Amino acid sequence: MPNALTISLIPLLPFAGFILLGLFGRKYLKKSSGIIGTVLLLASTIIALYTAYEYFFVYGKVGGGFQKFIPLQLTWLEFSQGVSIDMGILIDPISVMMLVVVTFVSLMVHIYSLGYMKGEERFPVYYSFLGLFTFSMLGLVLACNIFQIYIFWELVGVSSFLLIGYYYEKPSAVAACKKAFIVTRFADLGFLIGILILSFCSGTLDFTTLIQRLTTVGTSEFKTAVSYSFMGVSAVTWGAALVFVGGAGKSAMFPLHIWLPDAMEGPTPVSALIHAATMVVAGVFLVARLFPVLALTTPHVLEIVGWVGAISAVFAALIACTQTDIKRVLAYSTMSQIGYMMFALGVSKYGGENGLGYTASMFHLFTHAMFKALLFLGAGGVIHFVHSNEIKDMGGLRKVLPITHITFLIACLAISGVPPFAGFFSKEEILLAAYQNNIGIYWIALITSGLTAFYMFRLYFNIFWSKPYESHGEHHHGEGGFVMMLPLVLLAIGAAAAGFIPFGEYVSSDGIPLESHFHLQFSIVPVVLALTGVFTAMWMYKTQNDKPAKLATALNGFYTAAYHKFYIDEMYIFVTKKILFNLIGRPAAWFDRNVVDGLVNLAGSTTQAASENIKKFQSGKVQQYAIYFLAGIIVLATLFIYAWK
Amino acid sequence: MMEPGLYHILFISAALFFIGVYGFLTRRNLVTMLMGIELILNSVNLNFIAFNKYVWPAKMTGLFFVLFIIAIAAAEAAVAIAIIINLYRSHHSIDVTNDEDLKY
Amino acid sequence: MISGSTIIFYLLAIQILGCGLLSVSTRQIFRAAIYLLFSLIGIAGIYFWLNYQFIAAVQIVVYVGGIVVLIIFSIFLTQKAGEKLPAQKLGRKVFAALAAVCAFALTMLQVYKYDFKPASDDVQPVTVFNIGSNMISTGDGGYALPFEVISMLLLAAMIGCIVIALRTKPETT
Repeated sequence: MPNALTISLIPLLPFAGFILLGLFGRKYLKKSSGIIGTVLLLASTIIALYTAYEYFFVYGKVGGGFQKFIPLQLTWLEFSQGVSIDMGILIDPISVMMLVVVTFVSLMVHIYSLGYMKGEERFPVYYSFLGLFTFSMLGLVLACNIFQIYIFWELVGVSSFLLIGYYYEKPSAVAACKKAFIVTRFADLGFLIGILILSFCSGTLDFTTLIQRLTTVGTSEFKTAVSYSFMGVSAVTWGAALVFVGGAGKSAMFPLHIWLPDAMEGPTPVSALIHAATMVVAGVFLVARLFPVLALTTPHVLEIVGWVGAISAVFAALIACTQTDIKRVLAYSTMSQIGYMMFALGVSKYGGENGLGYTASMFHLFTHAMFKALLFLGAGGVIHFVHSNEIKDMGGLRKVLPITHITFLIACLAISGVPPFAGFFSKEEILLAAYQNNIGIYWIALITSGLTAFYMFRLYFNIFWSKPYESHGEHHHGEGGFVMMLPLVLLAIGAAAAGFIPFGEYVSSDGIPLESHFHLQFSIVPVVLALTGVFTAMWMYKTQNDKPAKLATALNGFYTAAYHKFYIDEMYIFVTKKILFNLIGRPAAWFDRNVVDGLVNLAGSTTQAASENIKKFQSGKVQQYAIYFLAGIIVLATLFIYAWK
Repeated sequence: MMEPGLYHILFISAALFFIGVYGFLTRRNLVTMLMGIELILNSVNLNFIAFNKYVWPAKMTGLFFVLFIIAIAAAEAAVAIAIIINLYRSHHSIDVTNDEDLKY
Repeated sequence: MISGSTIIFYLLAIQILGCGLLSVSTRQIFRAAIYLLFSLIGIAGIYFWLNYQFIAAVQIVVYVGGIVVLIIFSIFLTQKAGEKLPAQKLGRKVFAALAAVCAFALTMLQVYKYDFKPASDDVQPVTVFNIGSNMISTGDGGYALPFEVISMLLLAAMIGCIVIALRTKPETT
């Protein structure tokens, strides 16, 4: 049985780090804050790995499938009988898997930052924010109650805001963190409304109860959920769709993706942790959590999930082919891979063999965390070395940064889906699931995987091959010390080996282990496509030549559009300024100022005018008082004598 | 014409009273307002004496009231004149419409 | 048959009311004081007509000889007696007159409705002896206490007047 205390230590240790370093870091613990943060997280990781071991191998499997366990559930805020916000821990396959992923990647980032952020003025603050983020993310994956997940969702958003805006003197960083927070907050509005609808329909906020009530056909809640309808669509569909909107915002799905490239203003280890491996997959996690409801009760929403994921994947891949900032390329790559995870969930069905998409999505989440974090940390090393983010300032670095080179190559091979690296296995399962359920999405996925290989290797060759390296005289640090290389190596091992984990044994849509078969004929097509992409990139970028420029002019309009990220940001600004501000904002402000304030002022000014008039009674003229007195007496006397019987 | 009796005197007394009220309300000068007050007081005296004579001849209550009222009226007039003189010294006019010290 | 006393009564009435009206409406202040004087003398006449000689005498001595004189002194002290007083606004005059007339009508209506009957038939003669003995007697119908109180009041009034009208010492320049 899971031990509530040990499991609750997993998020609480980083939280303790946050409090400790936040309160005392700047004054007392400047030098040691990194060590403290890392040690706390190491403890957390060890406990998480132990929990995973216990769950998957000791007690988790009950009666043929992995069961959900709730070792801790404390009622916090009770709205009515049965509807209460609880704080608790839910242990099931995906939450345990996420525990491992989050703590491991966070640990890698903590270790890496010991070297990368060394000498920063606000070093303790950085580690305390990292602790806050890890705590929030862990709380999110352990949430047993949909409102609890919302609370931690917002906390993750806040931590992201703090970390993106870490270099707050840079106006671009400030703008980026605001943008991230506002866009995700806007999506969270949908999430909140979705929560309210779902909890209203099912009469509870607890995940297990909610899922059970909304998926079993006979229950009264199920009947209410499908019978209430608004604009022809049933309540539960609206609820699920709105919850997905929240997830799409956090996971940077089209069209709420605009914040992710700008979020690269934060320090690179932060990008590795938050915007590659953990926070952005929160949306995927949420959809996976509510998967039974989506698959069984609202299949239309699941279709929408699939198409949104697929469109985001190909959209991002196209843009990534043209970007010149290394972190932007990686950001769009992240968006594309999350699109993969989303549509893998979208094409999946519930139960048994049909749940392949679910397993594939979670598998890809796991492997993606490894190689994407690796890519970002490697990029961090490169950026640190050449002091610039642009590709044109890099080239021929393979001799000067050997370890970074090898690990980066492994990660690129993994993401392109070249066997035997991890990405191949997870991508193959996704493509298989898509092929079995939705051919359209399958073709989009296939094209995207070719593009993925192409742009990743474009990046690789531009950094490490392309032109010979000229040192500009400032070689100070070389590659970076042990603390920066260790995470790269560990993550590279993960990226290489994780593919061999039989994921379906542990994580599947209904808990019953899924056997993953290796379909040789099926895998040939994607691998060939990936290798084509690799060799095209090698041909175009291995040495400096004019083939890229010629291709760009050949594809002129399309190239420019992709380079400008398909003008989505401009569209947003247009809609916001011209439509929202002018048509909605201004009239609303006018109404507020003139009507609402006007009414209030009217009350005030009427009173004032009345008092000015009444004031005149106190004229100071005694005779006037006497006249009123006499008149009053006459009136009263008449009244009493004649009118009052 | 009938023998003048209580009602006639009450008529005079009431009329004098309201003449005094009119004078008090209409005059702009403090001293003339004071004259109005004297008329009011006198009308009251007349009233008392009339009632004493026609309704309560056995007692002298009304008469004593009148005596005391006359004495008090004298004292009051003296105090009022003193105040008027004081006011004149500070404002150099005793026009009532100018004195708006009790104004809001 | 109209008797002499009736005629005298009506003449006195006309004097009282006429001089009263003139007193409150004239624009020359000295004339107002004189009209007041005549009005008060008329009232004293009524007292005589009612056979209350003592009160009439008190009226003349105190009111006419004291208060009106005091008023005339104050007129001379505070303004030039020959000047015409500024007039009051017409609206004020009309409103006040209206109010006074209405109130008068109301009062008289009530008065005429009521039937005043003498309370008892025995009459106490109003002689100076009776007045005096009642004034200082403490028994039933005695007014010793008010007498004492009023002497205190007159003392207070006298002191008050002196204090109020005291001229403050002019500052040495």
